[in-house]
Amino acid sequence: MAGRAFDELYGTADDRTPQPTLEPLAAWLAQTPLDELRRRQSAAENAFRQLGITFAVYGDEAANERIIPFDIVPRVFTASAWRRLYAGLTQRVTAINAFLSDIYGDQRILAAGHIPQDLIFDNPQFRRELMGLRPPHDVWAHIAGIDLVRTSADDFWVLEDNVRTPSGVSYMLENREATLRLCPELFRAFRVAAVDSYPDMLHDMLREVAPLSAGPDPVCVILTPGQYNSAYYEHSFLADNIGIELVEAPDLTVEDDKLWMRTITGLVRVDVIYRRVDDDYLDPEVFRPDSMLGVPGLMRAYRAGNVTIVNAPGTGIADDKAIYSYMPEIVRFYTGAESILPIVKTWRCREPEACAYVLKHLHELVVKLVDGSGGYGMLVGPAASGEQLDDFRRAIEANPARYIAQPTLALSTVPTLAPDGIGPRHVDFRPFVLSSPKGVKMVPGGLTRVALKEGSLIVNSSQGGGTKDSFVLMDENG
Amino acid sequence: MLSRTAASLYWMGRYVERADFTARLIEATMRLDTLSSRPAGEVAWTSALTVIEADATFEALGKARTQANVAPFLAVSMDHSGSIIRCLEAARRNARVVRTALSREAWSAINRAWLYVSRAKSPANSQALFGFIDQVHADTQSFAGACARMLSHPSGMFIHLGAAIERADNTARLLDVKYHILLPEDEPVGGVVDRDQWTTMLQTVSAVNAYRLLYRDGLNPVHIIEFLTLRQELPRSLIACAAEVVRQLGDIAQVTDYFSEADSMAMTRLANLKRQSVAQIIGEGLHEYLEDFMVQNAALDEAIGRQFRFN
Repeated sequence: MAGRAFDELYGTADDRTPQPTLEPLAAWLAQTPLDELRRRQSAAENAFRQLGITFAVYGDEAANERIIPFDIVPRVFTASAWRRLYAGLTQRVTAINAFLSDIYGDQRILAAGHIPQDLIFDNPQFRRELMGLRPPHDVWAHIAGIDLVRTSADDFWVLEDNVRTPSGVSYMLENREATLRLCPELFRAFRVAAVDSYPDMLHDMLREVAPLSAGPDPVCVILTPGQYNSAYYEHSFLADNIGIELVEAPDLTVEDDKLWMRTITGLVRVDVIYRRVDDDYLDPEVFRPDSMLGVPGLMRAYRAGNVTIVNAPGTGIADDKAIYSYMPEIVRFYTGAESILPIVKTWRCREPEACAYVLKHLHELVVKLVDGSGGYGMLVGPAASGEQLDDFRRAIEANPARYIAQPTLALSTVPTLAPDGIGPRHVDFRPFVLSSPKGVKMVPGGLTRVALKEGSLIVNSSQGGGTKDSFVLMDENG
Repeated sequence: MLSRTAASLYWMGRYVERADFTARLIEATMRLDTLSSRPAGEVAWTSALTVIEADATFEALGKARTQANVAPFLAVSMDHSGSIIRCLEAARRNARVVRTALSREAWSAINRAWLYVSRAKSPANSQALFGFIDQVHADTQSFAGACARMLSHPSGMFIHLGAAIERADNTARLLDVKYHILLPEDEPVGGVVDRDQWTTMLQTVSAVNAYRLLYRDGLNPVHIIEFLTLRQELPRSLIACAAEVVRQLGDIAQVTDYFSEADSMAMTRLANLKRQSVAQIIGEGLHEYLEDFMVQNAALDEAIGRQFRFN
């Protein structure tokens, strides 16, 4: 089992001395009565409910419109910690884009023998039909959500790359709004870097990646599966804040290999489509002929270079959990440098030796499906019942290539408002990284997810996790 | 603007207006019920069901037409597609689709209205019912206010257009209630009860004071009919709604540079209303006149859908 977790405010010492530069947070917690914190938290949650910041949980009809619990106690990163993360994230996302360009092109990395070929060719996330195709400006993962965990003051680890359609950025922005309104005194105690430029930054990126054929003012849209999608609020939030149309597939049509949207005055040409649907549902002509969803002909328009798809089709190969374990090699291969952000030790069950180790140590490992997400298809060994362990053992034995395993990390904790007072809860962190021909950019912040259940390591909102505001301090503080 | 967005905005405008109207209808019927002589109490509730064409749906429930049965049916029943709760639910569903086209304030207002009715218990007595209705009015008015403060942009115009089409229909239906309510046998036309029934019409559209400003010689059915049909000063009158439809369509045409079938129909309707007199309307038969107006209004609604490619 993991050792004692590092608390981001109080460290690991028993005397509860706040970490350097974080003293004002400890003082604020000490001064603000619990009732007052609860009052503010419920005010925030009421506001969220009124704005309809809800999400749907799959297989949970009654809770169709739950809000994600918001925790009033913010998490604080020092400026120096953020500088390291920034450099590491920039490096990693640069490498991911180079990898995607290579893997759908010359496949130099395979020729050099750094990744087993079958891991690419037998992978359902690898889209053979896209071989040789270049997205405009050769940018693939325009928007990346990189999940990080922390185990000490200086140790951050990448837990997962999300380069298909990462979500959560609206919570980053709404949480900040809530904290600004309800805890203004914290912004006098700390100099917090602003995150509210994210929509503008996103809009700039979308315009910068438009095909060369587009005019000086490219038309960008966001494609949503519709209002019953769990992230619909976010889709509409982004469209609203950028000031572009939120479209559904039936609003779009392809004629002459060009993409158009249906408006009250007729068809209007679309240059950039930020899609929040999976590859499978993009174009029934190409990916899922059985699907009624998608825009027939979209891939023809893409091939003709008439539209930019954000993120590019095929990026899923880069965030596959089996590929993840090769990220140190990938970063080295494309950037010529060692990875600034390490990955978590990963056993690939496709390798017999690793598989034997995993089966033997199941009770102390975290096991994941290589293509699972959202905390589904995941086993946390130390917390699992004998029955669950047996189920996973059988599943791994039946299909080892589908699984990887990692040690159970002692994820850092952050003070959190719990039913019995302020207590430590485990957190992770997802910053949002944007790529365009002009380089890699991100706002100083991200989404902190918190496991509200004491001792739990699963932070996913679909599994009862909550969110917190994440402060990145400006230089004077750290 | 996407055609689908325009359609949702338009329907949202219609549904919120319909929720507000249904609240007014319940309020009017409660008053009329109180005013009627005893056994005729059910007549008031029957007429309410008739004007909104919900007679058959209610009949199928096999319940007596009393306030205790009909008011909850109109307010919070899930069986009746025109109940306040179902209207606000439909309005919110449309609002969710077009959140990007709405101001945050407008969305909050509609979401708050829906949260209120979806959590409200079925009103147990008249007092609870009045409380419920007041809250619905407050919420729909706060939505209307938020819409009025929205940018001058086609988003707002489609909401206002939908609301104006719906309001025209509703005013016609409300006036028609009076046709369906018979005076008690011993009551003379123009007598106390008759006059009270007409007053109720005015109260329902919150226009008693406005009426007194315009008509110095007191309550008079002919004046009330004129007021609710042909006086532009009253925002709910048929002519004011018709003018509002023309205005919103004109504003949309100005932005889109596109003018078609619905525009000409709306302008013809307004021109006709301007030529009419209350004497003509009464001569033709108020009920027949109102029915004819509703048919025209529905035709205009369809023309709007075709013009902006709603389907």
